[in-house]
Amino acid sequence: MNNRNIQNTIAVFKREFLAYFNSPVLYVIVVIFLLASMGFTFFFSRILDSEDVSLTERFFVWHPWIFTVLAPAVGMRLWSEEHRLGTIELLLTMPVSPWQAILGKFFAASCVWFIGLMLTFPIVWTVCYLGEPDMGPIISGYTASYLYALACLSVTCAVSAITRSQVVCFIVSVAFCMVIALIGDPGVTHTIVATVPSWAEGVVRFISYFSFMDHFFELTKGIFVFRDVLYFLSVIVVTLIITNLALRAKRA
Amino acid sequence: MQRSAIERPEGANNHTTSPWRQVIPQPTDPNDVMIQVKNLIKVFGTKVAVDDVSFSVEKGEVLGFLGPNGAGKSTTMRMVTGYFRPTSGSVKLCGIDMLEEPEQAKQRLGYLPENAPLYSDMTVASFLSFCAEMRGLHGAARSKAIDRVLDLCFLDNVRNQSVDTLSKGYRHRTCFAQSIIHDPDVLILDEPTDGLDPNQKHEVRSMIKRMGKDKAIIFSTHILEEVEAACSRAIIIDRGKVVADGTPESLKKLVPGANSLDEVFRSITRPDVEHKKAA
Repeated sequence: MNNRNIQNTIAVFKREFLAYFNSPVLYVIVVIFLLASMGFTFFFSRILDSEDVSLTERFFVWHPWIFTVLAPAVGMRLWSEEHRLGTIELLLTMPVSPWQAILGKFFAASCVWFIGLMLTFPIVWTVCYLGEPDMGPIISGYTASYLYALACLSVTCAVSAITRSQVVCFIVSVAFCMVIALIGDPGVTHTIVATVPSWAEGVVRFISYFSFMDHFFELTKGIFVFRDVLYFLSVIVVTLIITNLALRAKRA
Repeated sequence: MQRSAIERPEGANNHTTSPWRQVIPQPTDPNDVMIQVKNLIKVFGTKVAVDDVSFSVEKGEVLGFLGPNGAGKSTTMRMVTGYFRPTSGSVKLCGIDMLEEPEQAKQRLGYLPENAPLYSDMTVASFLSFCAEMRGLHGAARSKAIDRVLDLCFLDNVRNQSVDTLSKGYRHRTCFAQSIIHDPDVLILDEPTDGLDPNQKHEVRSMIKRMGKDKAIIFSTHILEEVEAACSRAIIIDRGKVVADGTPESLKKLVPGANSLDEVFRSITRPDVEHKKAA
């Protein structure tokens, strides 16, 4: 990557990032995210009633479900909007490679989630005030949570490259993220294993290994598992490659 | 395949020997050829949208692209700009191959897509600033380029207005401004006067003519007077093929008895109705 490539990526990033702040969508999503994550923590997990101040089981545990719904809402405009307005024709006839555009847009959406996650800082403050939490699990919890958000975003990115309708993109992406989350849910896996013949059990277990959930919980436990970080990064890379292929196919 | 009104010589069905085609003298200096399109073919599914189109545009030439709706004008332009990948054939801008070095070729290119798409969440100035940045203009050069095109396209009074609230004429000019912000060698305009009022049309035409002196320009249009007013050469495309190529004056002579380009256009391109009958 030379200087020019980085400048192009930054130019796309800047435009996309500012576009988020120019539309009400960002504010609505961040507010809902904060309300949801705090609401679940305080009212469902009842963090104040418990004796320990670990965030893992009461705060981060909700994040996959929140991101399943909210990450596609942030990512759905990335390419769908370009298709709808026709600006994709402008963007891709500028001296910018599709990869620079894809990365610029993805980083912009990633930054939105970075801001969203950072705004949950009062919960850390609260547990620090109430007790003496272990900072390790908090940091790894945030890392896991952020990686989960990015994985959902990159799935949305690939879907939005195919459709010009943001609504279609949102629904399809939520469905995708939901399925990928559910196949790793212990409850779901047990149910399926109970119904399928015994030889298929291995297959079910194998498929469930590809779920975000397993890797997410491994990460939140507070041990930095390189394997799980690598898993999320590879999901992101693969879906961005799919985005590139989808864009190319769209231009036929 | 025969067109009833006009007599066509033997072998007229073969587009390469189309009788409407003028022999364009090959330029002596290869550096002057800014756009070189060779045997461009584009197939969508089973439909052949562009069928073996070749032409070249020299520096200082303004090429008018004519043809009925759906003839393949936009598809050809999209391939020249590198937006569509041709099924086969090659496109060279300033000697740079669009398929091999797309980024370098695109750097030389300014493009106004059909319907002038704009990012609706930006202001005119921030949109142009983004486009300038994408073209590699930074700092003082960028603000100078923005001021220049705002002035050229009469956009100064809307510079801080949101693109969303602009009228069609202003939107068009904003997108046009984007295409010339980096003073490109090659300019491709897809219906640049569509939706403008007569004054603005006149202004755009004279701008094209002015800029045509040191650039190579292709623009498509449905308005035939425009071709006579602004083009030094015109190509007529019908159902994916080049059916006529020459100066507006020489095109008029192609059809005996035709007084205007309008009549020429009507007699050498087939209307949709006839197309259906033939099929």
